[in-house]
Amino acid sequence: MNQSVGQYTPATVLCWNCSKPVDGTTGLTLCVECLRSKSRIADDIPREAAVQFCRGCERFLVPPSSWVQAQPESRELLAILLRKLPIAKNSNIRLVDACFEWTEPHSRRIKVGVTVQGEAAEGSGVVLQEKFTVEYVVVNCQCPDCARSFTAHTWRAAVQVRQKVNHKRTFLFLEQLMLRHNAHNEAISIAAYRDGVDFYFMNPGQAIKLIDFISRATPVRTGKSRELISSDTHTGTSQYKFSHAVEIAPICRDDLVVLPASLASKMGSIGRLVLCYRISTAIHFVDPQTLQTADLDGQIYWRQPFASLATKSQTTEFIVLDVEILNAHHGRWVLADVTVARSSDMSQLYNVRTHLGAVLHPGDTVLGYSLCTANYNSEEYDNLPNKPDVILTQKVYQRSSNRRVFKLKRMQQEKMEEDKNDEGRDYEEFLQELEADPDLRQQINLYKDPEYVNTNTEEGPTIDLSELIDDLNIED
Amino acid sequence: MSVRAQFDNSNEVGVFAKLTNSFALIGISGSQNFYSAFESKLGGKIPLCQTTIDGNRIVGRLTAGNRRGLLVPVNTSDQELQHIRNTLPDEIKVQRVEERLSALGNVICCNDHVALVHPDIERETEEIIADVLGVEVFRQTIAGNTLVGSFAAITNIGGLVHPQTSVEDQEELSSLLQIPLVAGTVNRGSAVIGGGLVVNDYFSVVGYDTTAPELHVIESIFELNSDAPDQDVLIENYY
Repeated sequence: MNQSVGQYTPATVLCWNCSKPVDGTTGLTLCVECLRSKSRIADDIPREAAVQFCRGCERFLVPPSSWVQAQPESRELLAILLRKLPIAKNSNIRLVDACFEWTEPHSRRIKVGVTVQGEAAEGSGVVLQEKFTVEYVVVNCQCPDCARSFTAHTWRAAVQVRQKVNHKRTFLFLEQLMLRHNAHNEAISIAAYRDGVDFYFMNPGQAIKLIDFISRATPVRTGKSRELISSDTHTGTSQYKFSHAVEIAPICRDDLVVLPASLASKMGSIGRLVLCYRISTAIHFVDPQTLQTADLDGQIYWRQPFASLATKSQTTEFIVLDVEILNAHHGRWVLADVTVARSSDMSQLYNVRTHLGAVLHPGDTVLGYSLCTANYNSEEYDNLPNKPDVILTQKVYQRSSNRRVFKLKRMQQEKMEEDKNDEGRDYEEFLQELEADPDLRQQINLYKDPEYVNTNTEEGPTIDLSELIDDLNIED
Repeated sequence: MSVRAQFDNSNEVGVFAKLTNSFALIGISGSQNFYSAFESKLGGKIPLCQTTIDGNRIVGRLTAGNRRGLLVPVNTSDQELQHIRNTLPDEIKVQRVEERLSALGNVICCNDHVALVHPDIERETEEIIADVLGVEVFRQTIAGNTLVGSFAAITNIGGLVHPQTSVEDQEELSSLLQIPLVAGTVNRGSAVIGGGLVVNDYFSVVGYDTTAPELHVIESIFELNSDAPDQDVLIENYY
């Protein structure tokens, strides 16, 4: 009531409902008690409502057409539910409080206690408060997104990423890179093929976005094609399905490459027999004989593409017998003359100049390309003068178990074709590359493995715990 | 004695009827229910005139009158005027009034001795009111409303005024009219007193929605309780 305490206002009329004297000059002809019992400020607010819920993606419909994820009893859900009530449209009443009331979780009902305030009668100045419960029925339905995802061939743009090599290490790295930057979020489905991965999108723009992302990480060349779905001759509009072919350069880390003569002379007269040590938008080479490095930009590469001479799977294992460090280093490489023998045949010794002088010690195991025994069937290679017998690529560390201090997240992919390659081996090699290369680790997210027990018996490069991220674990 | 009645589903009985101590004017309704409410009590005692004013049923709002006379607006047809004159006794003067505010029932609120009128009413009309109705005329408002006939109902015994009338205004009006006044409502809190009821010194018809507490206020201020003098005695006194 607006009456302030202590101010006496004489009663002039009798309440028409109960004969109680009230002050008629305020415009009220009802006493407060009768007013309270008679006025229904929240009468035009429904006490029952329905809320649409998609079981597939667990989202609620926010009319007219958006679908919003909301946890049970969350602020977001309350906002969605209250928007169903015509409170905002009704200028006479305002919302004071709203809270969830307990309902059995499987009842598909949500109860919300709502408190509203409103003027009892137009212009009376008497504010009444009313509390009531609104029961919402959760109606199950399928949202358009889910409906589309359950229908075949709904994609409007596909990105087919391919690399024509016999391993999956590049894609494993790309997967980690995309996981870190959430580049795959907009894809409606991801399918793994023998030479690569397909990403499918609802929207052609999202496909372009992914292509941009991939081309910022690897040397690629892209092609585009489209298929007409429908066209309207009256308006001149057409619907297309777009397919983008993205080919990643088939040169990987630790590949042995014979550079074309013209290219080698343009790249600072680097030796033509080089190892690839890193892949970014460019391909990075090092000459193990001289420690000279050179970068080949992806665009330049694709003008005159060439294949690698040999890949990591073609390496053989050597045992280091003697190391003689030379006075030259470049980054983490140190030039050295090393005496090695093939692990399977210790009778033959090779004197090799290598860039791995910093890590090699007598007795170590090391992988390398045995050029003297290999037949590469490449004219370019055959024409090279004074080829070395062996080119060492990578030191091998003995591991007692496959358990590592870190673990990686994986992307969900549909397997479309049976892969001949051993994916477990590729993954293990990828993990070893990560351990060996801090630059590579920096680009992706590594998570702590809570089940890892440090036994201190491992040799080889270790990863500092500070590089690892605590994984978010939602199980409760 | 009070009767609750409806005129064709409308509770605003004061709109469709005019009741004075010597006659009653009743609008022509679809059924005879409303007329019966009057006839049951007044039939054969005072003349009941069923008529229209300029073809309208809202005779209560268009006319003003007391036991001495009746004022009708200028656009009342000759036929209607003749019908009223034929029905009412010759002592009751019936007069056309050329007044811009032609809803005379809204702008004039009178008993047999005084009349409250709208402040903007014409001078000539004021004189006609004084002559025909034999009353003293006061230009007044009720709770800030100029339509005194709508928001008040008075008899020679008492008066009911708009619920927002302050105590001071009630006292001033009461001293002018020389009758006790009370603020009140009809028809479940409606402030339109003149529209919601018709009353004379011994009988009232109120809207069907009027609650018991409201009726109690009406009966007590107009002294319509059963212990009030019988209507026949009062009628004797007037004639």
